[in-house]
Amino acid sequence: MKAFTFERATSVQDAAAKAGSVQGARFIAGGTNLLDLMKIEVETPTHLIDVNGLGFDKIEKTREGGVRIGALVSNTALAADMRIRRDYGVLSRALLAGASGQLRNKATTAGNLLQRTRCPYFYDTNQACNKRKPGSGCAAIGGYSRQLAVIGSSDKCIATHPSDMAVAMRVLDATVETVDGAGQTRTIPIADFHRLPGDTPHIDTNLKAGEFITAVTLPRPLGGEHVYEKVRDRASYAFALVSVAAVIQRDGTGRVAVGGVAHKPWRIEAADAAMPQGPQAIASRLLAGARPTHENAFKVPLVERTLAAVISEARAA
Amino acid sequence: MKFDTPAGANPTDRMAVLGKAHTHVEGPLKTTGRAKYAAEFQDAGPDLAYGYILGAAVAKGRINSIDTSAARAAPGVITIVTYKTVKPLKTGGFFVQRMLAGPQVDNYHQAVAVVVAETFEQARAASALIRVDYAREKGSYDLAASKDTAPPSPTEEFGGPPVIRVGNFERAFAAAPVKVDETYTTPDQAHAMMEPHATIARWDGDKLTCWSPIQQLDMGKRDLGMIIGVPKDNIRLITPFIGGGFGGKGTTQSDLALAAVAARQAGRPVKLALQRPLMFNNTTHRPKTIQRIRLAAGRDGKLTAVSHDSWSGNQPGGRTEPTALGTRFLYGGENRLFQRYLARLDLAEGNALRAPGEAPGMMALEIAMDELAEKLGMDPVRLRVLNDIQHDPEKPERRFSSRPFVQCLEEGARRFGWQDRPTAPASRRDGRWLIGMGMAAAIRGAPIAKAGARVRLDRAGIVTVETDMTDLGTGSYTIIAQTAAEMMGVPIERVNAKLGDSTFPMTPGSGGQLGAASSTAGVYAACMKLRETIAQRLGFNSGDVDFSDGQVRSGERSVPLTDAARQGDVVAEDSMEYGDLAKRFEQQTFGAHFAEVAVDRFTGVTRVRRMLAVCAGGRILNPLTARSQVIGGMTMGIGAALMEEMAVDTRFGFFVNHDLAGYEVPVHADVPHLDAYFVDEIDATMSPVKAKGVGELGLSGVAPAIANAIYNATGVRVREYPMTLDKHLDQLPTIA
Repeated sequence: MKAFTFERATSVQDAAAKAGSVQGARFIAGGTNLLDLMKIEVETPTHLIDVNGLGFDKIEKTREGGVRIGALVSNTALAADMRIRRDYGVLSRALLAGASGQLRNKATTAGNLLQRTRCPYFYDTNQACNKRKPGSGCAAIGGYSRQLAVIGSSDKCIATHPSDMAVAMRVLDATVETVDGAGQTRTIPIADFHRLPGDTPHIDTNLKAGEFITAVTLPRPLGGEHVYEKVRDRASYAFALVSVAAVIQRDGTGRVAVGGVAHKPWRIEAADAAMPQGPQAIASRLLAGARPTHENAFKVPLVERTLAAVISEARAA
Repeated sequence: MKFDTPAGANPTDRMAVLGKAHTHVEGPLKTTGRAKYAAEFQDAGPDLAYGYILGAAVAKGRINSIDTSAARAAPGVITIVTYKTVKPLKTGGFFVQRMLAGPQVDNYHQAVAVVVAETFEQARAASALIRVDYAREKGSYDLAASKDTAPPSPTEEFGGPPVIRVGNFERAFAAAPVKVDETYTTPDQAHAMMEPHATIARWDGDKLTCWSPIQQLDMGKRDLGMIIGVPKDNIRLITPFIGGGFGGKGTTQSDLALAAVAARQAGRPVKLALQRPLMFNNTTHRPKTIQRIRLAAGRDGKLTAVSHDSWSGNQPGGRTEPTALGTRFLYGGENRLFQRYLARLDLAEGNALRAPGEAPGMMALEIAMDELAEKLGMDPVRLRVLNDIQHDPEKPERRFSSRPFVQCLEEGARRFGWQDRPTAPASRRDGRWLIGMGMAAAIRGAPIAKAGARVRLDRAGIVTVETDMTDLGTGSYTIIAQTAAEMMGVPIERVNAKLGDSTFPMTPGSGGQLGAASSTAGVYAACMKLRETIAQRLGFNSGDVDFSDGQVRSGERSVPLTDAARQGDVVAEDSMEYGDLAKRFEQQTFGAHFAEVAVDRFTGVTRVRRMLAVCAGGRILNPLTARSQVIGGMTMGIGAALMEEMAVDTRFGFFVNHDLAGYEVPVHADVPHLDAYFVDEIDATMSPVKAKGVGELGLSGVAPAIANAIYNATGVRVREYPMTLDKHLDQLPTIA
């Protein structure tokens, strides 16, 4: 770990301004991912701005009939919130499928969105990784890639985004609210929040320097059956090989997003339209153009079979 | 004391304290955080410094240059150890890998430098400033690719000669009406114990004291002495508790060797812990195996030919994984062939991990037996019962010392409800789950070795036992206290067991499941001597003296035990040594494992629903700690069956998933209700205590029972561990 300076933010404005102006500054909230990465020098911030004292820890109703989730709401609190459990069950289930109780107590809503990939080559500083060190290459391509992306990847990076929460937010059409150092606010649809790797895999999101997430809002409840199915070798405390977040209505229509397959939560609106036609039709649209590796080709049929499980579960409910 | 004829009746037969369920005597220390592990002896010196290892960035190559200038100038840095600053280190007598790279690098994450600084954080930060220029060399990392050119293994301590033949295997196999000829693979596995390798080393002149979690202290001293060139007698190792080892802490690893070297160079005590991501490639592991099993039987199910060929890889001088160890003694069959091959690989050293040999060997053999049972149309339990033997198939004059194998099988089948299993594969459903049941046999050697103890009775009536035996969470403290309590006729609360210090009388330590049997026999020897001394002191002339209820009795006379210590402590030390009973009898432990699994018909994910182990391990000294050992083994078997694999990057030559996020071991949600049952057995050929071990038996056979249950659930036979969903997904029934 490299030495760094540390401050406790007292106003969101100052925090965002500082983060935008100090080279190598980073926000820290739960620290469940950033600290691990700092210890092995995958992340080497020079200055940490602790935002835990800034509030943003409420879950409130919005005027439009949805909810606004403060950026610093813990994963535990969000999963347990009565309104979330009742109206956005897929989100609660996704959260509880992730990490462990201890980690969910510390991890925050914004931090969860911003967590880095778990690609093992990203974690090993001896290995080439364009995400960690732009231009160094990608050791994962042609290497141990069982866990990695099958779609939306590039010849620079085949990492996946590890979040469960974000997959549920994607299916719910969440919006990310931010503020920058100049006090400018903006809203970013979750679909546009995470990026595909392309030629710049070191940039995970479309946030600007210093831009601070204040909340994630969810639109009005969709009704329907909410399912989150996470497939993994170990029954708990493991990242998804494949996960499916779905909201399915009684008439068979609905929407679906997939985790564990891409650099971002994966959703194709054309696949939603195929919901009534069943898993094969959905999967073929979702994964059209998939480029799996030899080691993770199984994810393509696994997505279809997991969709079948989800649809069958929703039907049975 | 010499043990060379089978034991007769003796004080351990009373079983007033021994054989009773007693919770870990050190349990309260652990649950309240007061149990001090090796790396927590901060009082080793006021000037304790911290070391941090920089691991090699390449798997094979040469170090062209190491630039430590920036690191040396970093805050708090005291000194930096590299191959240029120390005399060349030698290798130990058990693990063969070199502890410090330079100029040659032998494997990924081999230590290149140790930074010593005032704080851990400073040492870690400075290590990242060291610049090493490597010349990469081509290495060999892929066992499958090296298999066909791998030469026969040398004759080895555990595996024996590279080829073992009995009868004419080829002819019998060719002639048999029913046969199996299949190849199975088991992956590289990590010990993944909770406590990392972590040592504090302190020099006092030419004397070296190390607090280090080493399972076998005497071997640890020997190997450390060999590696750093110090007489064994100048070394003291201390480890009151060990947070898991599974063979990975069998003897000296890099933390211990390099802490000693760094402390000498720094002129200060040094603490050195391996960071978790280093442990997988820097230390030893269970190596990957490829195993070909050929079984032939008559239509009656009687085996006529058995062959187990095995390939593994290692660094030069390293061992072959002796996978046929169990196969040689488990079933009959007059024609037998066992062949071992050893490929040269440039990965970290492969060596002992809990039940080396038997654990991966059973993973192959016991699937093959399941396949044979299916071809014969025979119940897998019955096939095993039918092929039970009473003599060593290679030396028919040698009997098994005791072999309740059939009892384990039948008792297990009864308790598990085996008769209700789905006999046809893929025939039982429970909602989205395909349900299957499977079983496998277990065998594991029952070694025993010379062990000593010192026993002291003091004025307060406390019996203190000292041995260099270790406790890895296994229950050594408890069974040693129970043995001494039984022998001296006092309650266990009056026994103070002190372990884990190499200045105490020598035992073989913990390894190869010989610890419990060996160390308690040593305590028996010392207690017999103490009883003799006490009896004399109290004026008993007869040899027939009874020690019980805190009294010493003979005939009509009864004297309080504490009277013997009125004039001062009574001390006795002795060890148990062994004659040739292990040669005259084949000594093994046996078991049977049963598993019920559910396989998701959609995703192919397997979850274990319930498991049962029935074990025969000689006298069970403490059914509670023995059960914990067995269910711990079963949990490890779930990992072996379903998830554990160190993934090799065959281009760059290293285990990629080198942390506990990437290397998955079972968590609570993976482990259902586990039952362990022990059959009544005493083995008088072992020692006067008549006990064997169970810790490794509890693992041997678990994974194949699960594998066979998966087959029973799905009808898809997978022969490659771990049995992750991707191995059978494309063969599962299509989903509507």
